[in-house]
Parts: sequence; structure tokens; C-alpha cells
Amino acid sequence: MKDIISKKVQQMQPSGIRVFFDLVLGMKDVISLGVGEPDFVTPWPIREAGIYSLEEGFTSYTSNKGLYKLRLCIHRYLKNKYGLEYSADNETLVTVGVSEGFDLALRAIINPADKIIIPLPSFVSYGPLTELAGGIPVFINTEKEGFKLTPRLLEKHIDKKTKAVILNYPVNPTGVSYTKKELSEINKIIIKHKLLCISDEIYGDLTYDFEHTPFPTLPNAKGHTIYLNGFSKSYAMTGWRVGFACGPQEIIGAMTKIHQYTIMCVGITAQMAACEALESGRRTVEEMKREYKRRREFVVGRFNELGLECRRPQGAFYIFLCVKNTGLSAMDFAQGLLKEQKVAVVPGTAFGSEFSDYVRISYASSIDNLKEAINRIEAFLKGRKKWPKRQKQIS
Amino acid sequence: MDEILEILQKDGRATSEDIARMTRKKPEAVRQAIKKYEKEGVILKYKAVINRELVREANAQVRALIEVNIIPQKDVGFDKIAERIYSFPEVSSCYLVSGTYDLLLIVEGKDLQTVSKFVSEKLAPLENIRGTTTHFLLKKYKEDGIILKHREENKRIAISY
Repeated sequence: MKDIISKKVQQMQPSGIRVFFDLVLGMKDVISLGVGEPDFVTPWPIREAGIYSLEEGFTSYTSNKGLYKLRLCIHRYLKNKYGLEYSADNETLVTVGVSEGFDLALRAIINPADKIIIPLPSFVSYGPLTELAGGIPVFINTEKEGFKLTPRLLEKHIDKKTKAVILNYPVNPTGVSYTKKELSEINKIIIKHKLLCISDEIYGDLTYDFEHTPFPTLPNAKGHTIYLNGFSKSYAMTGWRVGFACGPQEIIGAMTKIHQYTIMCVGITAQMAACEALESGRRTVEEMKREYKRRREFVVGRFNELGLECRRPQGAFYIFLCVKNTGLSAMDFAQGLLKEQKVAVVPGTAFGSEFSDYVRISYASSIDNLKEAINRIEAFLKGRKKWPKRQKQIS
Repeated sequence: MDEILEILQKDGRATSEDIARMTRKKPEAVRQAIKKYEKEGVILKYKAVINRELVREANAQVRALIEVNIIPQKDVGFDKIAERIYSFPEVSSCYLVSGTYDLLLIVEGKDLQTVSKFVSEKLAPLENIRGTTTHFLLKKYKEDGIILKHREENKRIAISY
């Protein structure tokens, strides 16, 4: 039998990183700086709310759009925190993490051969999901611009078939974020060319050096923006799988159509817990944020001492470390480090094939772990011929 | 609270160098700040948090929470009486509280008898003490924000996007 699998899926690139991942997962006693989720467990009051909902017998479906109570909590949270108003009735959809929201957004807007602009490096799913939805990803390498999409770069890649721009900030894997001014300039280009913007702001709460600006709060941006956010990173709720999408009624309505046939609704326990997160979890978010910030300073400081180029990222919990002056490619660096010192990092090529000089370091790990891991990286580098030159501190 | 204090409260063994990295200060500045805190008595001492339940020792201790009702003395209020009480080496903590009693003590001794004896012979007979209620501690679950249990293993998968 041939062609069991659809051509579209056959064409999807299998991740070259998978082999390396399997290697990590098969090894014991590894200190992993390769984890894309918080090292905190979900704060107890949130877990307790989930348990209580089970005790009370909340085990049914909810409205397709999500529990009305949760949508109201989301409405209030966005309004109070950012002055951003989305109706809980028809402009908000509760999704299975941002991942689902992202897929829905693409499927809701893409007609065959529409082009979607994706700044690189990017989260792993953006390209494949665009293709799966029938669109054509247009990748923009932002390395030369300090890993930021600039209005000039953006405009250069827009043509008649361009439908939308994907933004994600703070960025996984670089931790880079955008100021309000930078975003406004990007928004002007989006308005000029009548594009949509899908803004993945899952790390928004983890912005350290300036206030996070949600894209839809920019002048005249709300009408063309699909705002995606969730609970995974700021409330340490990755395993619960709850996110939300907000946007113009027409788009949210279209996304809800797909969602009702594929997902039906997000698990009710997770939705109940998410309500509690928004109602009482803000304090713990601030505490975790302070802790991440300290870790960021520690890690950036240590890497610069080692002579590895390390920019200070403004958010998330990642550092995109340039390993070029070790003379190793990202994959060789990652494999060597894993085998010799049992420290796991993610090769930059996972986030775009051109990033073979980088590895992603996650500092969602205790200071003790980070300290030990970086000591081991130091030992790993000392064991090599080409010991990197000391570099000036980059602030 | 100063970030240096916040870090040290979590990890008293954090070095000045590491604190300097975490706070983007100079190690020397951190050292001086710590020295100042020590001098001013903001930082009183550094100690380990020990899970006594795991220490198998001959001279194991029992602890009791003791509520003390006192009659305040003219002019000096509670402070003078509190001082007479907390000066006993058996008293490991002493708080003035609002509510139905006045002082809350934590008293340690090698066994029930020792603690009872301390209460009946030393504490209760003190002038100005109206009454005491003793609660012996049976099990300690959490102390100073630290849950006294073996560290749980990491449940995250080792690598993810």
C-alpha cells in the first residue's frame, strides 16, 4: 500500500533534533538546561482549586469557548493589567495552550498559498503549522538585527500574497523582547500593508527590563491582531494545557468553529484551576519573576566570564548563547557537552537551520543547578584546544 | 527588602561573588553591604535548617508551644516580664501576640518531664503570670517556609521546546 500518509504530512520536515533529544532522555543524572518550562510546580492554591473542583463533581464539558467564569477572569485580567478590553462573550476563546490557539489562528485565516511571515529564530511549531494550514512560511533571519524584527526587514519581505505576521515576544529561544516604540513601528508597516498579526505573548509576564506591551494595545492594532496567551509559563502550569486567544469577533468566531469540532472544550479541571490562577496567583507570578531575573543575571555574568558571547535577554527564561568561538558547531557543542559533562542544552538549529552557532540555554533551573552546570561547561571548554578569548562584558 | 538579604535568607551560603552576579553589583559592594548588615544586627547569624526527625540522637528534644497570660507591670508593660521569661535557656522563641493570651513561647527540653517541670516550677510561679497552656509538638511539617520532607524528584522531562 502506498501513500497511506497524506502528502502534506509526508512533506513535513522531521525534526533533526529528535535524535539528540532521545539521547538526552536516555541518559541518567543529566543537568538539563534544555527545558522549556518552569522548574516551579504550579502554586498550591491553583492545584488546590483543581482538586476541589473534582471533589465538587465538576467533570463535564464546558461551553466550547471555555467556562464563562474563566473568560470573565481573562477579560478582567487584561483590562486591569493592560487596559485591554476583549468581550468575554465573543472575543475570547479558551484553548489547549497557546499551541492550539496558534494552530486555530492559522487555519482560520489562511487560504491556499497565503504567505505568513515568521521571524527567525522561532518556536518550532510556527513553520510546520503554517504549511499544514496550506500557507507558505516566509522566514526572516533576525540575527544581524540583534534577533529583532525591524520594520525595514519586515517590509522587505512583504508582497501581495502576504497575509499575516507572526510575532512572539519575549522570544523563545532568544529571550529578546520589544519595546512599545519598536512594536509601534512594526504595527505601522502591518497597517500600511493591511496584514494581520498573530502575537504569541506567552512569556509576556516574564519581561524584566521594561513593561511588556501587548500588541493589541498599540494604536489601531486591535482590529488586525490575534492575541495569544496562556497560563503555562507565568503560573507554572505547562501540564494543565490552558491558554486563550483574543481577537476580533469574526476571527475568534472562525477559530471557535474549528475548535468545537476538534477539541470540543478544554478540560474543566484545568479551566477551574486557571480561574484561581487569575484570581489569586498574581503575587506568585511576581515572586517567580524576581527569581528568574536573578538567575538571568547570574547566567549572563558567568557566561561572559567564560568568554562566551551572551547578550542579556529582556524576558522569558532563555539565553541564546553563541558558541562560535569554541570552534564547535551547535550540535557538536551540545553532544560533546552531554557526553563529557552530562549537561543538556538545545542546539540552535532546532529553531532555524541557520543557527548552527548557537545553543539555547534555559535558566528555569535552581541557582545551584545553574552554578554546577556552568562549572561543567567551563570544564568542557577547558578540555578543548581552542579555549575562547575573554570577552568584554556585554550589557 | 534588599535583594541581598532576600538571597541570603534563602541560601545563607551564597557567596558574595554569586550574589554580585545575581544582582549585577560589584562583589566588593556586596561584601560591604553584608558586613554592614552584620554590624547593624540585621543579619544576626547564619545557620542550617535541620530536619530533626532524621537525626537519630540520644538526646532528642521535645518542643512545646506555651501560651502565657500575663498581668502587665506598671510603666514597663509586657517587655520586662517577657525578658524574664525569654532569658531562660529553655525558651527558644518568644512572641507577644494579640488575642486571648499574651506571650507565645516555644520551649525545648529533653523530654516531656523536663518541659513540664520547667512550666510548673519556673514559668508558672513567676509573679504577674496569670496562667499557661502547654501544647506539645507531635510532628513538624513545615518551618520558616521550608517543608520538612525529602526533596521531591524533578518531574519535568529533561528536554523540551
